[in-house]
Amino acid sequence: MDNRLLTMDITETNMFSIIQSMWLTFLHMFHKRETIQYPEEKVKLTTRWRGRIVLTRDPDMGERCVGCYLCAAACPVDCISLQATEDEHGRRYPEFFRINFSRCIFCGYCEEACPTYAIQLIPDFEMGEYNRQNLVYEKKDLLIDGQGKYPGYNYYKVAGLAIGGKDKGEAEHESPPVDVKSLLP
Amino acid sequence: MPTIYIDNKPYEVKSGKNLLETCLSLGFDLPYFCWHPALGSVGACRQCAVKVYKDEDDKKGRLIMSCMEPVNDKQRISVADPEASEFRANVIEWLMTNHPHDCAVCDEGGSCHLQDMTVMTGHAYRRFRYDKRTYRNQDLGPFLNHEMNRCIQCYRCVRYYRDYAGGHDLEAFASKNNVYFGRAEDGPLESEFSGNLAEICPTGVFTDKTLKQHYTRKWDLTMAPSVCQHCSLGCNTIAGERYGELRLISNRYNGEVNGYFLCDRGRFGYEFTNSEDRIRQPFIGRKPVDRTAILHEVAQAVKDGKVIGVGSPRASLQSNFALKKLVGEDHFYHGVSDNEHDLAELVIKVLKEGPARTPSLHEVEKADAVFILGEDLINTAPMLGLAVRQSVKQQPMKQVTNAHIPAWHDAAARELMQDSKGPLFIATVNTTKLDDIATQTYRAAPDEVARLGFAVANLLDPTVPPVKNLPKEIQQLAGEIAKALSEAERPVIISGASCESQSVIKAAANIAWALQKKTAQAGIVLTLPECNSLGLAMMGGHRLNSAFDCVLNGHCDTVIIMENDLYRHGKASVVNEFLMKCKKVIVFDHIVHATIEKAHMVMPAGTFAESDGTLVNNEGRAQRFFQVFEATDAVQESWRWILQLAALTGNQKITAWKNFEDLTEAIAKEEKLLAGVERVTPSAAYRVAGQKIPREPHRYSGRTAMLANISVSEPKPPVDPDSPLSYTMEGFRGLPPSSVIPFFWSPGWNSVQSVNKYQDEVGASLRGGDPGLRLIEPHLNGRAPYFTQIPEIFTPMKDHLWTVPLHHIFGSEELSVRGDAIAKRAPGHYVMINVDDAVQLKLAEGQNFEFEIEGQPYRLPVTISTSIPRGVAGLPYGLPGLPFVDLPAWAIFKK
Ligand code: SF4
Ligand code: SF4
Ligand code: SF4
Ligand code: SF4
Ligand code: FES
Repeated sequence: MDNRLLTMDITETNMFSIIQSMWLTFLHMFHKRETIQYPEEKVKLTTRWRGRIVLTRDPDMGERCVGCYLCAAACPVDCISLQATEDEHGRRYPEFFRINFSRCIFCGYCEEACPTYAIQLIPDFEMGEYNRQNLVYEKKDLLIDGQGKYPGYNYYKVAGLAIGGKDKGEAEHESPPVDVKSLLP
Repeated sequence: MPTIYIDNKPYEVKSGKNLLETCLSLGFDLPYFCWHPALGSVGACRQCAVKVYKDEDDKKGRLIMSCMEPVNDKQRISVADPEASEFRANVIEWLMTNHPHDCAVCDEGGSCHLQDMTVMTGHAYRRFRYDKRTYRNQDLGPFLNHEMNRCIQCYRCVRYYRDYAGGHDLEAFASKNNVYFGRAEDGPLESEFSGNLAEICPTGVFTDKTLKQHYTRKWDLTMAPSVCQHCSLGCNTIAGERYGELRLISNRYNGEVNGYFLCDRGRFGYEFTNSEDRIRQPFIGRKPVDRTAILHEVAQAVKDGKVIGVGSPRASLQSNFALKKLVGEDHFYHGVSDNEHDLAELVIKVLKEGPARTPSLHEVEKADAVFILGEDLINTAPMLGLAVRQSVKQQPMKQVTNAHIPAWHDAAARELMQDSKGPLFIATVNTTKLDDIATQTYRAAPDEVARLGFAVANLLDPTVPPVKNLPKEIQQLAGEIAKALSEAERPVIISGASCESQSVIKAAANIAWALQKKTAQAGIVLTLPECNSLGLAMMGGHRLNSAFDCVLNGHCDTVIIMENDLYRHGKASVVNEFLMKCKKVIVFDHIVHATIEKAHMVMPAGTFAESDGTLVNNEGRAQRFFQVFEATDAVQESWRWILQLAALTGNQKITAWKNFEDLTEAIAKEEKLLAGVERVTPSAAYRVAGQKIPREPHRYSGRTAMLANISVSEPKPPVDPDSPLSYTMEGFRGLPPSSVIPFFWSPGWNSVQSVNKYQDEVGASLRGGDPGLRLIEPHLNGRAPYFTQIPEIFTPMKDHLWTVPLHHIFGSEELSVRGDAIAKRAPGHYVMINVDDAVQLKLAEGQNFEFEIEGQPYRLPVTISTSIPRGVAGLPYGLPGLPFVDLPAWAIFKK
């Protein structure tokens, strides 16, 4: 190609374009900044952000998780494992609850599967670790003292199982227990 | 074969069936609740509606309950019809109006027929806005949990419990919308088959209480086909593990053996595998050591000593055979009392040399006359008792067939049969739980039972010698029995080892053989004490007492005892002396017992859940159980220990066997009676489409987290060199061969009802034939080798009581009683005597009675009975803590 022609092209035809770009760049100095000074400055995340997983409590501060294993079954990478147990009044809760965050893909299926709103993904991604083993969270690392995103729901108020403090017939929309000895209509 | 049209497509179907089972057999997904293949139809739940059309032109059709409609040639029906589908969805919606919204905390969830059917019909949202009915639950004992709110009033539980299993204490209470299923008051369910309610109930009303203590969903279990280890019948089970612990035993359908059910000993007896008494480490003296150390120590002892081996009736063929080869044929002893050793040999003789065949449990259900000699079946071979319970329906069933009522039409059939029952005669020492359905019962000492048996045989075939001095009423009873048996088409004689009398078994054999001359289908069933008693006997070996003599006389000085507590088979004083005299006592076992306490070296063996092995049940059916999970710590199968030992002792022959299969092939080759045992299951190299069969369901969860607390890097899954099963969830998902089905599951059918999809036709055999291989067939063309030694009349002796063992389903079996649930149902120690003897001895109920049997002193509270014969005492068999004595024997008491 003719080198002379090319040089001419830039100098004569595109000089304007270059100046325009520089001008635009200059103007950006006065725009609102997208880059933030992380970690000094924190990221703003919406409440629906799927980050670190927590186990929440119901309005009475009881553990919401009933150890139903649905989250574990829904998890596509199988990184949730737990063991259900019961207190002396029949209330179910997880004896242990473990999430291996080094495997978790934060898909949110567990939250979707959970019938009690116990497991929730929250807007927090700051979980980096130097040692992978530290990404294994146990119940003590997961359980928070609050209701998370879904305030008000209390599974045991809806479900028919009797637990301490809630007898048969005391859940929502329940009539008192049947008297099996009665033949009255 | 009739042709029916389902949604306009023609199908050739079997006649005599109902439309529901036909549709299910053809693979249609038709929801149902109240129908069950073992219980028949009552048309109560209205869930199985389909449309039936008059003819091709009928476009409107009418709704019917498919479970109540027989198959007719050229019948036109529709499953997919929108009106029928909507009807089914509506029925579910009604059933769910009171449902407690509790799947998350329900142990049925994930294997719930109600969930499956709800999803199948498409009902998803609750529209009913009024209050739900609620119930209070009952404490039903250690086996079952009760949560009545979940009930859909299908009545399956009471139909199974009362009509099928003969229980009395589960009932339907109250009326209309309030119907309640439970007991009159809290308390353990009395039936020995109550655990089946967990599978029969399509909802979570009845669930396994032992599972609840370490609750795991079906999809999270690692499962393998297994065989029950708690009596000689060998019922097929599915054993499930999670977190290194056995958690659930459920039914594994086998059309020939246990069908849809298990007894409670079999279902809940697994808890011993998780006992705190498990041995998980090798020990030298009291010091725990590692695998290498113990192997070297034992190998040295084997090399240095004059070694004998004591096998076990509860260990697999493989383990017994390996031990026999390690110590040499001449030094292998059966670890059972001499009496039981001889009884087992007698059983083989009867089954092999006689002309009568031994029927399977399924065939016993179809028997139309049964005579039981000496066996309290519900306590010695429970599922056989349940089969006998079905057999008495056979004769009245003829009436039903004559009235053109199909057999599956349960309500109508029962209405017609009322209380009529086919012939069942029971001659035993004490009352049995089958007495309520018996035509006649006879209570007498074992010798008298045998005499009655010989008399019956004589009446059937005069070439059998007659019984002398038989009282008239016994002669009359014998006549009645002989008449009923000879009129039957498929009579079955049942006896066994539990009353420890050779004469009783011989009498039973004579009857069966005499009958067989007349009726080709006459059968004989003999029960044995333990799960592999017959297998061990088929292998040959010496009596236990000769082992004792051998050491006490100084011919041998080292003993290897395998999976056996000698104190359960020999008198404590003798066993003490024997163990004391041995220079080295080496014991393989999985749970601590009295013999272990005296051992110099202990090697931790795997339980059935951690082992591969083959057992031979009382029918001579060889059945394989598979390892469910890899054992932790140093635990491994006894046979594997022996293979490793042999490498160190330089035993060339055993060293050539590398794995389970080599060993099994060697058994088949070397043990004449066990030939063919290698064909029981497909070989370890078997693959379907190049894949192994996974032990874990495809929804298995948590595999990247369950061990992450130990290390975040997942370990490599264990490899199984011994079977075509894999330990992971990867592999072939279709129907595996029947003997290697690890669990029942089919798309849309998560509950155990999915077994329908594994059967040739609903309620028949599994596809490809039921598992297990019969190794014993009768000597068909042979003459009946009648026994001629008839015992004398039993005469009570002054100051003596003839003591016989009394068996208990919960308590008498060594392993099951080591679990909590079974132990809770086990009786306390006692001695049972006749009321007249009690009066004479001035003993009141519960008072302590002191006596001695063969030098073994006893002091036990008395139970007074009106049925146990005079001069006879009953001592519970095998209860923990009760010293062993080889019964029957005379008890001597001082007044
Ligand atoms: S789904 Fe919810 S209630 Fe169930 S185990 Fe998971 S966190 Fe607990
Ligand atoms: S019975 Fe079935 S549908 Fe009902 S709560 Fe239990 S799992 Fe859910
Ligand atoms: S308890 Fe179970 S089996 Fe019995 S009626 Fe209710 S749902 Fe049916
Ligand atoms: S009958 Fe025997 S083999 Fe069958 S489940 Fe019961 S104990 Fe086990
Ligand atoms: S299954 Fe047909 S009505 Fe219940």
